[in-house]
Amino acid sequence: MATLPCSAESLIEAYGPHLNHEPPGGFAARTAPDRTVNTHCCFCGQQCGVTLAVKDERVVGVEPWEEFPFNQGKLCPKGIKRYLQNNHPDRLTRPLVRTGRGFAPIPWDEALDIVAERIRRIQLHHGRDSVAVLSGASLTNEKAYLMGKFARLAVGTRHIDYNGRLCMVAAGAANLKAFGIDRAANPWADIVATDLVMVLGSNVSECSPITTDYIWRARDRGARLIVVDPRLTPIARTADLYLPVRPGRDAALMNAILHAVVRLGGVDEDFIAQHTTGFEAVREAIADCAPEAVERLVGIPAARIVEAAELWVQAPRTMLLHARGIEHHTHGVENVLSCINLVLATGKIGKPGCGYATITGQGNGQGAREHGQRCNQLPGGRDIENPAHRAHVAAAWGVTESDIPGKGATAPEIVEMIHRREVRGLLSICFNPLVSLPDARFTQEALERLDFFVAIDFFLSETARHADLVLPGSLHEEDDGTVTSVEGRVIRIRKAVEPPGEARRDWEIVCELARRLGQGERFDFHAPADIFDELRRLSRGGVADYGGITYERLDRDMGVFWPCPTEDHPGTPRLFEGGRFGHPDGRARFHAIEYRPPAEDVDDEYPIILTTGRVVSQFLSGTQTRRIGPLVAQQPEPKVEMHPRLAARLGIADGERVRVVSRRGAIELAAHVAATIRPDTVFIPYHWPGAQSANRLTIRAYDPIAKIPEFKVAAVRVERVA
Amino acid sequence: MIQELYIDPNRCIGCRACEQACSECPGHGGIPMIHLDFLDRAESVQTAPTVCMHCEDPACASVCPADAIKVDAEGVVLSAMAERCIGCGNCVLACPFGVPKLDPHRDLMMKCDLCYDRTAVGLRPMCATVCPSGAIFYGTRGEVEDIRRAQPLDRFAFGAQTVRTRNHLMVPSPTDLLEVTTTLVAPRSRAEQLLEECLC
Repeated sequence: MATLPCSAESLIEAYGPHLNHEPPGGFAARTAPDRTVNTHCCFCGQQCGVTLAVKDERVVGVEPWEEFPFNQGKLCPKGIKRYLQNNHPDRLTRPLVRTGRGFAPIPWDEALDIVAERIRRIQLHHGRDSVAVLSGASLTNEKAYLMGKFARLAVGTRHIDYNGRLCMVAAGAANLKAFGIDRAANPWADIVATDLVMVLGSNVSECSPITTDYIWRARDRGARLIVVDPRLTPIARTADLYLPVRPGRDAALMNAILHAVVRLGGVDEDFIAQHTTGFEAVREAIADCAPEAVERLVGIPAARIVEAAELWVQAPRTMLLHARGIEHHTHGVENVLSCINLVLATGKIGKPGCGYATITGQGNGQGAREHGQRCNQLPGGRDIENPAHRAHVAAAWGVTESDIPGKGATAPEIVEMIHRREVRGLLSICFNPLVSLPDARFTQEALERLDFFVAIDFFLSETARHADLVLPGSLHEEDDGTVTSVEGRVIRIRKAVEPPGEARRDWEIVCELARRLGQGERFDFHAPADIFDELRRLSRGGVADYGGITYERLDRDMGVFWPCPTEDHPGTPRLFEGGRFGHPDGRARFHAIEYRPPAEDVDDEYPIILTTGRVVSQFLSGTQTRRIGPLVAQQPEPKVEMHPRLAARLGIADGERVRVVSRRGAIELAAHVAATIRPDTVFIPYHWPGAQSANRLTIRAYDPIAKIPEFKVAAVRVERVA
Repeated sequence: MIQELYIDPNRCIGCRACEQACSECPGHGGIPMIHLDFLDRAESVQTAPTVCMHCEDPACASVCPADAIKVDAEGVVLSAMAERCIGCGNCVLACPFGVPKLDPHRDLMMKCDLCYDRTAVGLRPMCATVCPSGAIFYGTRGEVEDIRRAQPLDRFAFGAQTVRTRNHLMVPSPTDLLEVTTTLVAPRSRAEQLLEECLC
């Protein structure tokens, strides 16, 4: 049973989160470092370049890395204070085993033996697939690749998936459907060169702050800006046109904009004829989606929808950017496809300053979704159900095709299988589902039902508290590797310091486990570069082709954009030039989208829409950022944001404690009353656990294709706390 | 050409990267010399960074009874000299921009000295280097005029007192003099008006 081994309070006392405020030796230490290391921020998908200062083998500060072209020294507060995760009092430095009263240190060999023995015992009694692996998109490409190979060959389970399931998968699935390639179509430099930026469901100022500067540089050249968001975010405040869409109605809005574009004669018939298929079905589907017909549904006056269409048609070059705001839905794939329909119908892609991208969220949100740690995927972006792809990977791995398990369950489905006791054993790395999955009480119940749970982690996350064994892994700055940024640019992560105490690099732990599971010869890696070499060779010929990318090139050129099949290939910053798409016939696919309502709409009992998201000072489930004092000080706790009209109706004053209730649970938090959100919607950031967890309210409802949860719409009521 | 700070509140996203970066300086470790304010969070997400404007004739220096605040040859108003400052707080009261802060533990006035240690070796001030939206820009007037639509402003009237500053505020249209009054309010942006007409 994986209930907590002792009270949460005593676990917090022992393992945090505690706050780290200053570097070792104080701030003076960073002025005379022993060495500096150019690497990247460990947090979001922008992957800003940073320089870490190292003194006495400890990271003591950060300097802007002005030569790195993407951010040129620019950083958000997370990037500036990220180094305080190092030398942290909460850092796990020895393997821990659950005891009757908490956790106790255990020797590595003993811990690894137990893991191998328990995995095999569970599989003996309940089948190979009764053990699952949950992984993460903050891992390097090397580790993401390794986890997929480890789960399938060493553990021998079909069930491996990752926390990108909560992030990029709706956009990824839609991009694959429409374009045949899942990657930002344009480098970020194209944002600067455009005439119109359209941002949908992306609070770029808080979630990808560096992108703000790209948008402003375009505006300095005269570009216009349209922002679609139920909240008036900092980037929305100055927009030329702001469309405060009702949460969950994005596809209806995009259909209406496309309807208006057609009405304005803005469709590029030549492009459609030469480079796409399927537009006639779209034309039919949007015939009754006139702005005037849907204005009540989407919550925006028809005149403004028409204005968006006019701006779109008038602009010679456009860049459409979206993020989780339109993707975290039970129709997330459809929302994305409805955006792509607009881009394709007007032929606005594949040109300088003209194209499309999803703003990937996690540190390696792009790379970690390409190399086979997804339940339906093999390295190089290959399909686990495609016999040719399976054969290619099997040959490279030296196994027969039947040795590679088939398609497994997605991360939320794995948790549901644990709840149903179909999955009995779990190995997790880089994933804190207790905070990040919807319906947190259900996730907790599931964790409590596991027969065996081993977590590889650097801090004891809320999820890892439930583990039987905790193996201390490595922080971002304690290992080498590569990641692939929001632009599709593969870049180098450089080791600054060694893991502290007995902590080990993640890949060494995984390879050791593979050896104990009888697969040592297939995991005979001695450095991240060995893993990368295998990965890049295996990816050759795949969609995400890293074949020509080497560490040396990445060091020399500050990154290489995939696809890059050979070492003399320059890489591919911009996709789809000349209207050539990734499908075998070179054509992009339209998809006729019919608007569907969210899984749980408002009613008399739960009359308010809850939408969730991030704040600038925290990252995802907060395992790292809730331990960094200056970041916590920026916003110590979540608040529920509501419009003054809604607050007045409920009799709630700013700062007052209120209870937010959904069908899944209730949390109490302070009200933040501000005229910067739709009056029918409230917003809660999701970085906090337990009694402050927005995910105690959210719903376990998923997109049918991508299985991304509907974090952006749940029905709630808000009450004064008596 | 002299390099200066150009501060554009319109671009500011309120992320506090400037404060966090400034607080890394060993000279005042943990305490930022730049400050971020929400103008009226109940109504708007508009924020603005406030940093020493390095006045041509700095009020802080003229009211200092200990002559602790010096101006260097390039017009940078330095933080109070620790050995002279008596912590009287005159400068805090006199500064029209509300910049200097008194450190009561050290009886010392503290404020931005334009990252003297960084600019002396050709680096940009920390806040301007990290600012992710370009709201804080460091460079010459020619550079900022080349790349920005907003216009630099360096004269401010506070009642009868007019000050010219080394650093600039970026404003939407050419402005020779900004009269700062207690009733000065930011106009509502178009987006803020459009939110009001959303259909619920």
